[in-house]
Amino acid sequence: MSATHVRYEILRTFRNRVTLGVTLALPLVLYYSIASGNRHATSSGIPFPLYFMTGMAAYGAMFAAVSPGAHLALDRSRGWTRQLRITPLRARTETVAKVLAAYLVALPALVLLFLAGASLGVRLDAAQWLEMTGLLLVGLAPFVLMGQILGHVVAGDALVPAVGGLVILFALFGGAYGAFFNSGAMLTFVKLLPSFWLVQAGKAALLLGDWPAEGWTVVACWTAALVPLAVLVYQHDTGNV
Amino acid sequence: MAVVNPQDAGIRATGLTKSYGSVRAVRGIDLEIAPGETVALLGPNGAGKTTTIDMLLGLTHPDAGTVAIFGASPGSAVRSGWVGGMLQTGSPPDHLRVRELVSLMASYYPHPRRVEDVLRITGVSDLAERWTTKLSGGQAQRVRFATALVANPDLLVLDEPTAGVDVEGRHEFWEVMRGVAAEGKTIVFATHYLEEADAFADRIVLIARGSIVADGSVTEIKAKAGSRTVRATLPGVDLASLAALPGVVGAERHGDAVVLSCTDADAALACLFAKFPEVRDVEASGGSLEEAFLELTAEEDSTRPAEGDKS
Ligand SMILES: Nc1ncnc2c1ncn2[C@@H]1O[C@H](COP(=O)(O)OP(=O)(O)OP(=O)(O)O)[C@@H](O)[C@H]1O
Ligand SMILES: [Mg+2]
Repeated sequence: MSATHVRYEILRTFRNRVTLGVTLALPLVLYYSIASGNRHATSSGIPFPLYFMTGMAAYGAMFAAVSPGAHLALDRSRGWTRQLRITPLRARTETVAKVLAAYLVALPALVLLFLAGASLGVRLDAAQWLEMTGLLLVGLAPFVLMGQILGHVVAGDALVPAVGGLVILFALFGGAYGAFFNSGAMLTFVKLLPSFWLVQAGKAALLLGDWPAEGWTVVACWTAALVPLAVLVYQHDTGNV
Repeated sequence: MAVVNPQDAGIRATGLTKSYGSVRAVRGIDLEIAPGETVALLGPNGAGKTTTIDMLLGLTHPDAGTVAIFGASPGSAVRSGWVGGMLQTGSPPDHLRVRELVSLMASYYPHPRRVEDVLRITGVSDLAERWTTKLSGGQAQRVRFATALVANPDLLVLDEPTAGVDVEGRHEFWEVMRGVAAEGKTIVFATHYLEEADAFADRIVLIARGSIVADGSVTEIKAKAGSRTVRATLPGVDLASLAALPGVVGAERHGDAVVLSCTDADAALACLFAKFPEVRDVEASGGSLEEAFLELTAEEDSTRPAEGDKS
């Protein structure tokens, strides 16, 4: 009964060619234009092509993760979510569909960047690739939630700048465009962002095989804080208290 | 959740009240609808029809009052798939084709109709492969009807379902709805087409300024409005003396003819013959639903247009 909804939700996401194209292509273009000239540099203690690969993968995946939220806002402004409110569709199914759609777009964004990285000489063993993918997918959870929250809170044309701005700020401070904040108070601050740990997934896989406890704590705290907020805005938006 | 047989209870709304800021959209609506009944909500723009419907569907929380749908709360009736509807506003989601949208809607409900059948009887088979965002206004409305119909719920709530639909489409629509009503489904619809309410509804609920001003069969509504009309040829008569006849609330002259609006046509006719033996071509008719609508929904403080001599 709910499988059809999930299937069509994913279908709709993949039919949204422009959003999908930009989400997949933009990080790739940035990656090649910057990393190809810096193949032998190092950043944050690891080869730059690897560092920037995870940076751009995180950037693309963050966009992929929040974009179902943007789609939700559009559905809301078209009145479609209201129409859904008078069907037996459960909030749970709706959420599962959105989260799945987010991850299904994020995954090719990651894989494309990994292929690009490999083409610029990034070499990791299979376990490391898998670990990195796993960490990136876990670290995306707060962004999937942020997308849903924005989709319920922000109206119509304010959504594009809101989503874009959010992702760019998190990407910038998280170090996706480069490790600009290497010391002092700024470093302490950026380490509190989930995007920092997304970007660090490559380094973690290369050196430790995992995030340090600090990384897990930050991602877990953001997720734990955003879940009730997402539930709250959902209830407020739908009058479904 | 308690299992209630949809046949046991109809729809019961008591004391429904809803304000938006200083706008009192609905001011105490009581409504009881039996299972299988077809009820039309009529009323001028802004009367509170949509607000009432949204409260019946659980989309809007009333400030006061309660709603029971087949004995359950609107929320649990909706979750059980007993309720389906067409809202007044809203467009279908993008990136879906018409057939996909109808199938999607069918997938939500426990006993949907067959998608192909619904596409055919709503006249959108030819549009089945079109994107839902690339339809004309009337086509989109037909598709919206298809999505409501495919759900096959026990209660169908339609907010101005034929707005923007061409004449042929409206005929087809009501043809289909007649079949739905014959299946014993409960139907509540709002409309501005009085002839639709007249022809199709078992019962009319007339809403004005957030309150029910009349509730009954078409005949009862017309009687309540008292808008029976008497026409007669009566040259040169003083309109004021006609208006003063018992049972007459208004008199107008059209050339040699006079038209009397009556609350009690029998009394009016008796006195008319007694006082004006020269009267000819007397013709009494029930007023139209439109006249009844205008009279019953008129602002209380405005003066009746037919009152006294206006010529
Ligand atoms: N969301 C809202 N915010 C503020 N006022 C509202 C809102 N919805 C409805 N109203 C007001 O409530 C009143 C009743 O509106 P409603 O939509 O129920 O009327 P209606 O009978 O359906 O009218 P129509 O025939 O034009 O569809 C109107 O005065 C309207 O302006
Ligand atoms: Mg309305």
